[in-house]
Amino acid sequence: MTAVLDVLGVRDVIETRGLTKRYRGGQLAVDRLDLSVPAGSVFGFLGPNGSGKTTTIRMLMGLIEPTAGSASLLGRPMPRAARAVLPQVGALIEGPALYGYLSGRENLVRYDSADPTADPRTRRARVTEALDRVGLTAAAGKKAKAYSLGMKQRLGLASALLRPRRLLVLDEPTNGLDPQGMREIRTLIRELAADGTTVFLSSHLLDEIEQVCTHAAVMAQGRLITQGPVAELAAGTRGRLAVTTPDPGEAARVLKELGVTDVVVAEDRVSGELPTGGAEPVDPADLNAALVRAGVRVRAFGQERASLEDAFVALTGEGFDVAG
Amino acid sequence: MSRAEVGAGATAAGPVEPVARDRERRLWWTFGLLRSEVTTTFRRWRTLALLGVLAAVPVLIGIAVKIETSDGGGMGRGGGANGPAFLTQITNNGLFLVFAALAATLPVFLPMAVGVIAGDAIAGEANGGTLRYLLVAPAGRTRLLLAKYASTLAFCLVATLVVAASALVVGALLFPLGDVTTISGTRISFGDGLLRALLIAVVVAASLVGLAAVGLLISTLTNSGIAAMAATVGLLITVQILDTIPQLHAIQPYLFSHYWLSFADLLREPFYWDDIGRNLGLQALYAAVFGSAAWARFTTKDINA
Repeated sequence: MTAVLDVLGVRDVIETRGLTKRYRGGQLAVDRLDLSVPAGSVFGFLGPNGSGKTTTIRMLMGLIEPTAGSASLLGRPMPRAARAVLPQVGALIEGPALYGYLSGRENLVRYDSADPTADPRTRRARVTEALDRVGLTAAAGKKAKAYSLGMKQRLGLASALLRPRRLLVLDEPTNGLDPQGMREIRTLIRELAADGTTVFLSSHLLDEIEQVCTHAAVMAQGRLITQGPVAELAAGTRGRLAVTTPDPGEAARVLKELGVTDVVVAEDRVSGELPTGGAEPVDPADLNAALVRAGVRVRAFGQERASLEDAFVALTGEGFDVAG
Repeated sequence: MSRAEVGAGATAAGPVEPVARDRERRLWWTFGLLRSEVTTTFRRWRTLALLGVLAAVPVLIGIAVKIETSDGGGMGRGGGANGPAFLTQITNNGLFLVFAALAATLPVFLPMAVGVIAGDAIAGEANGGTLRYLLVAPAGRTRLLLAKYASTLAFCLVATLVVAASALVVGALLFPLGDVTTISGTRISFGDGLLRALLIAVVVAASLVGLAAVGLLISTLTNSGIAAMAATVGLLITVQILDTIPQLHAIQPYLFSHYWLSFADLLREPFYWDDIGRNLGLQALYAAVFGSAAWARFTTKDINA
């Protein structure tokens, strides 16, 4: 029965209950984390540096033992079921790590040999395919110590793609890549997700998460602040109305009269919160018409889209780049 | 096994075969890590450099003895009795260079090289970050540790054989070869002498098993390959010093290096097994105790590197 659920993707692919890690110095790195990553999602795992993202990932992968709580991957408990689960999971953890004295291809062969469930007869073909997938075919014979950071990152990704995976755990996968490389990796992630692979993507780049993720969770200081579909998270903070006009004073007066709150005037730009809680939602089009009727010359009128960054600031009450 | 896992296996390995064959095959696949470990170790420049240094020792001994005796005088004029065992016999029989070279390298050069390889085994992977990727592959902690220990033991054997082979070649080039006079005074044929040399090389390699286990334990205690190597070699030197202090004779039989030079007893007629037996037993004890400690440590360790 559980197997059928797995195949149908009903279960959460990653699930933690009260997952806690306290390091020996007493520092609480992860505090009672309840994470649910639905199957088939591209799940963004957000948080400033030092917020406990990597510690969480290491616990999920069985590298460190939780102090309390439990974690399961693909419906099986970790780290107990590591041998059965991990062959179906590809991972990039805290950047790539390679044997500098081996070529790119030999590095992949070595990692593949470490997996006792990987068929040695198909190893060459799978390594070639993985290299091709990340665009490293031309550099496959070069020693890894001669690789640039971006090439190392690609090789790390290739090692996560050596076999068909049900889950990919990618910690900052675009680190060190140029914009073109970042775009390629995002395209790759979308392709993998379209094939049905669940992708768990940790990042501190908000726009990256917004571009590729369907779901997201936000961590700060070891705690999970929120999780859910990206659209819902962003919707939690409403977009602001913004008007550009040569008559800002008059515009602010009209908008206030119409119920717009928190009106801010900055030179020729007036912004404010759309009225909430009323019986019927206010149509921005009506506001524009009212402005024009009042003789306000409108240069631009629109609603600023609520970004994940707005959501993050609203949730944590702090700027995103503040370390926890 | 869940259906999903079978499905994943099928996509990677073609049609699903009967479970029994599958299991047999998996058992074989599990040795892939050991193979990878051994080839990776012996492809490193560092390993080849260590072997090169070891191969150079018999060359130096051979040339030194040749120069010393080239004026027709015998060994021993310059206090040759203080040098390594068998040195005086080399001029008569090049095969003795094998025994002399092993006696010269066993106290320092061979264990140092083993200390470097064993100390770096886990700590070096942790240092480079590759340990986490091996473990999520998943290599399995016990399996990885066993593969590391096995490849270190393979290095012990190869290193010893390199010394012996280099000594044999140099001995044959510089000195005459012939029947061998044993320590007991009897004569055995050159062929028998070669067999004894091989047996001695294997016993010398086995003498390093205990140190390899100690090095592996140290390697699981730190994330710095250099620190683990230095600690292992430092421990080796300390133990060697302790073994020479007469007041410590009570603990000396338990030091892993105490019976190392007992391999010379294989050149007696008949063999004198007592000390060799003690040596091998002590090595097995060290392997069991320190191997278990390394296992206990490594299987419960948080991998933060």
